[in-house]
Amino acid sequence: MRGGFYAAVAVRGFRRYATYRTATLAGVFTNTVFGFIIAYSYEALWGQRPHLGGYTEAQALTYVWIGQALLQTMALMAGGFEEELAERIRSGDIAVDLYRPADLQGWWLSADLGRACFHLLGRGVAPMVCGALVFELALPTNPVTWLLFLVSVTLGVVVSFAIRFLVALSSFWLLDGAGVSQVVFLAGLFFSGMLLPLTVFPGWLGVLARALPWSAMLQVPADVLLGRHEGTGALLALAFQAGWAAALLLTGRALQAVAARRVVVQGG
Amino acid sequence: MRSGAYESVRTYRLIVGMWVRSTMAYRTSFVLTALGNLAATGLDFVTILLMFSHITVLGGFTLAQVAFLYGTTSTSFGIADLLLGSMDRLGRRIRDGTLDTLLLRPAPVLAQVAADRFALRRLGRITQGLAVLGWALAHAGIDWTPVRVLLVPLTVLCGAAIFCAVFVAGGAFQFWAGDASEVQNSVTYGGNTMLQYPPAIFARELVRGVTFVVPLAFVNWLPALRVLGEPDPLGLPGWVDFASPAVAALCCALAGLAWRAGLRSYRSTGS
Amino acid sequence: MTVPVSEAATEAVTDTVIELDGVEKVFDVRRKAGPLRRLRTQVRAVDGISFTVPRGEIVGYIGPNGAGKSTTIKMLTGILNPSGGRIRICGLDPTRDRTRLARRIGVVFGQRTTLWWDLPLRDSYELVRRMYRIDDARYAANLAACVELLDLGPLLEVPVRQLSLGQRMRGDIAAALLHDPEVLYLDEPTIGLDVISKTRVRDFLRRVNAERGTTVLLTTHDLTDIEQLCRRVMVIDHGRLMYDGDLGGLHAVGDSERTLVADFARELPPVEIEGARCVKVDGPRQWLAFPAQASAAPLVAAVAAHYPLVDLSVREPAIEDVIARMYGEDADRT
Repeated sequence: MRGGFYAAVAVRGFRRYATYRTATLAGVFTNTVFGFIIAYSYEALWGQRPHLGGYTEAQALTYVWIGQALLQTMALMAGGFEEELAERIRSGDIAVDLYRPADLQGWWLSADLGRACFHLLGRGVAPMVCGALVFELALPTNPVTWLLFLVSVTLGVVVSFAIRFLVALSSFWLLDGAGVSQVVFLAGLFFSGMLLPLTVFPGWLGVLARALPWSAMLQVPADVLLGRHEGTGALLALAFQAGWAAALLLTGRALQAVAARRVVVQGG
Repeated sequence: MRSGAYESVRTYRLIVGMWVRSTMAYRTSFVLTALGNLAATGLDFVTILLMFSHITVLGGFTLAQVAFLYGTTSTSFGIADLLLGSMDRLGRRIRDGTLDTLLLRPAPVLAQVAADRFALRRLGRITQGLAVLGWALAHAGIDWTPVRVLLVPLTVLCGAAIFCAVFVAGGAFQFWAGDASEVQNSVTYGGNTMLQYPPAIFARELVRGVTFVVPLAFVNWLPALRVLGEPDPLGLPGWVDFASPAVAALCCALAGLAWRAGLRSYRSTGS
Repeated sequence: MTVPVSEAATEAVTDTVIELDGVEKVFDVRRKAGPLRRLRTQVRAVDGISFTVPRGEIVGYIGPNGAGKSTTIKMLTGILNPSGGRIRICGLDPTRDRTRLARRIGVVFGQRTTLWWDLPLRDSYELVRRMYRIDDARYAANLAACVELLDLGPLLEVPVRQLSLGQRMRGDIAAALLHDPEVLYLDEPTIGLDVISKTRVRDFLRRVNAERGTTVLLTTHDLTDIEQLCRRVMVIDHGRLMYDGDLGGLHAVGDSERTLVADFARELPPVEIEGARCVKVDGPRQWLAFPAQASAAPLVAAVAAHYPLVDLSVREPAIEDVIARMYGEDADRT
């Protein structure tokens, strides 16, 4: 029964974004334009260094379009629930939410999964198709790989959610959370592999970047789709994402508990 | 009767002055957000540096030459973003009805929209762009002539004017399609990203598009080719390298007309 | 019922501040008629309105939602251009002379502020001063008067977004008057305000009108605003002027009713009492309608004498109801 409730919340999250058709089209257009610009720069780079970062040129170009497909899905440039939640915390409306029967984190996670699902379909597919029409991409034919990719994307969204949940909760303690969210989103853009695949990062920077949670948001799903993780390797990659997801969600829960006590003490 | 241009500048300065003063009331916060803006915009350049850790030449350009492209377009875009970065809020203003309140004041609407929420932190992007440009000028091995010396500041200013025109045209576009304001980003932010790379890496049609349709190539590509002494992939006659001022003026005029048409349409349809 | 007569034919007398002649506003509305098809229909939001307002008058401009009130105000202020007809405000054409007109009118929207959301009131006023080029002495005097009468002193340093609705409304009214406008438009100036704020706003408007001779055009849903401020009322419906005359006439035509909302100790069958009729029952709460001209006191006494009355309140007739009554059964509109 609780499952049904959260599913309904997710469906509502999906519908909420699905109503803005013109905005979605505009977003698809913008993602496609950016995809082209980045694709040409990668083409030049891999033209000179054919196996840079372990990718063929086709794989590198595929990586670009996966990035454009996941940019909004992972809410890498913000645009998810976090501003709304932070606003509720600042205005004090959060006190009401904490007394609701639904779990705060679970409620927002469901809604965000619904949103991500819409963004993957509505804003991810069309740019990918455009990219595939112009460039030669290395998309897998094996349905198992696609299935693993979907699992990986879902785990990535959970990691992304957990990070943004922490950012939003910081509003309990900080008057102006703009600075925190700016830093976190910058880190996300850079360390997810959105600007350049993390496998291209040199030395220790690459090692560090691949170990941080943000790599779960683009680098890992992209590598799963590109078939760079096979068999147990794929499972290990998913386990890496799941580990970060669990750790961050739990941190969020703990922080939420502390915050809730604070709200109760202050009387809302 | 005072001229419209005078009134626009006066209104713009009044509102911007107010925002700057209110920003400066929280100096620490301003410094932090400006640094954040600087870091955020600098990530693009870090990406280029990472690319050049694997290669020495990209599209026929060395790192210092690419840095010249990066520095010019980033500074131009930074200036336009500082001056008119609030234009993308117009769609929201139309939806929530606050545009109407601007029409009640005895001042040009464009100046009021442009100056609203003036964000001084955007100086971060300009600073970062200028820093990269300064480094590039020292390291790109430019064969300096008086013409080239003059061309550099002219490029930056004309580039800023072209980006300003794009912001205004984008704002005008929102009078008809407010929900589609993100399309503007593909020309502004997208254009800025594109101009950071040498023209030779892009498909010929794309370069033609940004030369003749949305004339972003005049922001920095064409004058930069002259300054750096590199060949033009489109093989255009040499004088186009100096055409940026004329193109910028034309763009601004067209954007102004588009704005007037948009506002007139708003005043007759109310939505 | 007085019928609106166009006075535009008699050329603008110097004392006429607002002048409308056959003003129309037609909107193209596109409606979905299938997945891709869009039907274009024309909506006549304002359908040939003519009236004049002499200097120094306070006029109530009322009508149901969607009747065309806001559209009219937008045309009078130069936000919207009329599709037809002629408008002159202080002798100016709002379409062509928007900015010149802006200096001579003040506008207050109840639903949204014209102030700068993130700036303190004082900064907003300072900006208004420079934008309207108000000379220093006049600005100082006007600001001091507004601060005193609207009790704005403690609010001047507070950003607009932190003000309560009532505080913000007072702040907005002051902003609209700093440049000594000849005409003041108020769109729902008391909406959402508590009783004390409403009274204060009304007192202030009366005073401004009396002392400065400011012409006031007011739209509202609150009949008390009209009763306390306006001698003249215009009723608009379906974009047409239906009534133009004094308030008493409107009441007589509208035969309006007030409502006594009574909370009883327990659920009761609909109460039967002379001079009122029960119009709604919800648990222990009942709604009793009685004529607007009648006093509520004897009714309350009668109810309390016969029934276990716990709490009560009196609701003024909503303008919609008055108008609905005016036009009888066809008031049921969509």
